[in-house]
Amino acid sequence: MQALMYIVKYLVFPGFVFSAVVGLLTTWVDRKVTARVQYRVGPPWYQPFADTAKLLGKEVIVPAGAQHTGFLLMPLIGLASATLASTILWLVNLNPDTSFVGDTIVTLYIMTVPAMALIIGGSASANPLGALGSSREMKLLFGYELPLWIAVLTTVVKVQSFSFAKILAFQDYQGVMLGSVSGVIAFIVAIVCSQAKLGFIPFDMAEAETEIAGGTHIEYSGAPLAVVRLNTAIMYFVVPIFLITLFWGGVSFVGWRILTSILKYVAIVVIMVLIKNTNPRVRIEQAVRFFWGPMFALSVVAMILAVLGH
Amino acid sequence: MSLALKALKKSPWVFHVNTGACNNCDIEILDCLTPRFDVERFGVVLVGSVRHADVLLISGVVTKNVLPRLKRLYEAAPKPIKVVAFGACGLRCGIFRDAYNVVGPLDKHIPVDAYIPGCPPKPETIISGLVKVLSSL
Repeated sequence: MQALMYIVKYLVFPGFVFSAVVGLLTTWVDRKVTARVQYRVGPPWYQPFADTAKLLGKEVIVPAGAQHTGFLLMPLIGLASATLASTILWLVNLNPDTSFVGDTIVTLYIMTVPAMALIIGGSASANPLGALGSSREMKLLFGYELPLWIAVLTTVVKVQSFSFAKILAFQDYQGVMLGSVSGVIAFIVAIVCSQAKLGFIPFDMAEAETEIAGGTHIEYSGAPLAVVRLNTAIMYFVVPIFLITLFWGGVSFVGWRILTSILKYVAIVVIMVLIKNTNPRVRIEQAVRFFWGPMFALSVVAMILAVLGH
Repeated sequence: MSLALKALKKSPWVFHVNTGACNNCDIEILDCLTPRFDVERFGVVLVGSVRHADVLLISGVVTKNVLPRLKRLYEAAPKPIKVVAFGACGLRCGIFRDAYNVVGPLDKHIPVDAYIPGCPPKPETIISGLVKVLSSL
């Protein structure tokens, strides 16, 4: 019975269906805000759903010479992990009793799987541009994971616990992480790293459309492409919720906190879209240098401040 | 009408192919993405890979060198795919029709669903052509 409940939670709420719908709506917010920034009107709200439905009806092509299993399986593995990360985060936010020891680490770990899936899928596509995109994604992964983990550990050091429940309870009683100096610095580092995690400009060199024609996505068509895009959409939902949980007091469906939760989420999404729209794409070595240089230093500063109790 | 077809009408992704055009048509295509015309209102986006395309927008006379690549592109596109011949050159090779390296026009080599005339076509013409392609689905 318990197992059945968890399967329903994983597939419907707060798992796959919920995350997919909200994630796709978020990609619409992204496109609409982008359009408004450029003085355009932008697409209607159902655009991402139309895109997905259309892709599901198109022909699926597996290129000659591609490694079939890796090429077709990897988007599904990425989708499953993104959904799992979303489920863990939401279950903890809705009911802190579902938290377990070290779920912060587990979520961070699961959140890297969609990127790994893209890397493997891109290299299995037998396309030189796909392989190029994969190698860039891999270098980017090495770049942003280091400062991101240290930024997350800043919160962990303050709370003295690895569990989301303790982190949420700490922020309930002693104010949110964003109220302290170390929290603000760690949040800035984390939001820049999220930009790279989601593959957004200025760190979209792995799927640069104008340069390597889609990179890791280049050979995907039809339903697999829909899954790859759904993957990105769900990550677009998971990453801001992860940041809110760690630094901004979490989300909740109880009473007026529903409103503040939505506002927090939209605020983080809009910050990301604005970063995306006001920056050019950087080269891969510039990105890695940026993450291992200034971002790493900033995150270490945040960590030291947290240890000193600021 | 099936759901997939309905969705296709709402989100035609365009892949732009230049088969030896003078670049004027290509600039006019970009005009459609600007705030004044903004075809993203109708779900139209330019995609980087032919595997993502629903519409092949082909400008230019077809030159000898580009012909094999053009055929491979058409085969690489996932079906259903719509082909649009773009500009005077795409229709009847324009002023280059007697040149030694021109093997066009386009519809001699691959099936074409719509023609957008002009040298270069105005953005209004392009949008009207788009409407015709989508209503032929």
